[in-house]
Amino acid sequence: MIEGISIYDILTLTTILFFIGVYGFLTRKNLISILISVEMILNASVVNFVVINKYLYPDILQGTLFSIFIIAVAAAETALAVAIIINLYRQISSVEVKDTEVMKF
Amino acid sequence: MERILFYILALSMVGFAIAAVSSRKMLRSVIYLLFVLVGVAGLFFLIDYNFLAAIQLTVYAGGIIVLIIFSVLLVHHIELKLEMAKPKRRILTGILCLLGIGVFISTIYSHSFDVVGEHTTTLTSDIGKRLLSVEDGGFILPFEVISVLLLAAMIGAIIIAKGKKLNEKTKDLP
Repeated sequence: MIEGISIYDILTLTTILFFIGVYGFLTRKNLISILISVEMILNASVVNFVVINKYLYPDILQGTLFSIFIIAVAAAETALAVAIIINLYRQISSVEVKDTEVMKF
Repeated sequence: MERILFYILALSMVGFAIAAVSSRKMLRSVIYLLFVLVGVAGLFFLIDYNFLAAIQLTVYAGGIIVLIIFSVLLVHHIELKLEMAKPKRRILTGILCLLGIGVFISTIYSHSFDVVGEHTTTLTSDIGKRLLSVEDGGFILPFEVISVLLLAAMIGAIIIAKGKKLNEKTKDLP
């Protein structure tokens, strides 16, 4: 834990980061920008897991291990999303949300 | 000292995060995201989780950012300005997010966490032992599942990114 910093401060920081990510997710019109916002949301939740583990239950490691799993899932998700975006760009030459009608049935 | 460091980190992270979601240039917003992720790694260093900070730096700041930069360079012209949402919609979303922040923070501050004061350093060997133990509270099953998931994601990414060309070539071969 950090000297002089309570758990409330860090939770406030991660809340703000989370909602900045939500704001970007809702206002951006571009697939890659949406991916960036999703990364920010995931990262804020990872910090929450780690901080709660460190401040409330320093003896057990569940939060740390879960954050490792979240990071692994985020990496897999990003790789797949980038592959889908590149494939979509080949087919319709655009990554804007309003142009992606290929996947709608 | 650590207090000042935390506030500097927090302020710069919030600033760069706002810049990342509001910048109109694609590549710049990716670089701002990189700064946010490095700030999170700094936070992990401050709360004495060296292993997680190293993972954060290698996987997020190293791997994911490079992937996104590559996709931006493949897909976009660097100088292209992004299309933004309408101002009315942006303001509405901003108000909604502020409301959400208010609800979350009031919930957090009204809950009393019983913080344990002791200071323990988590060793990397402890994480490794717990990750691979088959006893109670061991994480061997999720570990295996995540390794299979990573393999599947890798294969899927290759197949999707290759697209039609792979199928045509395999059809032509025989």
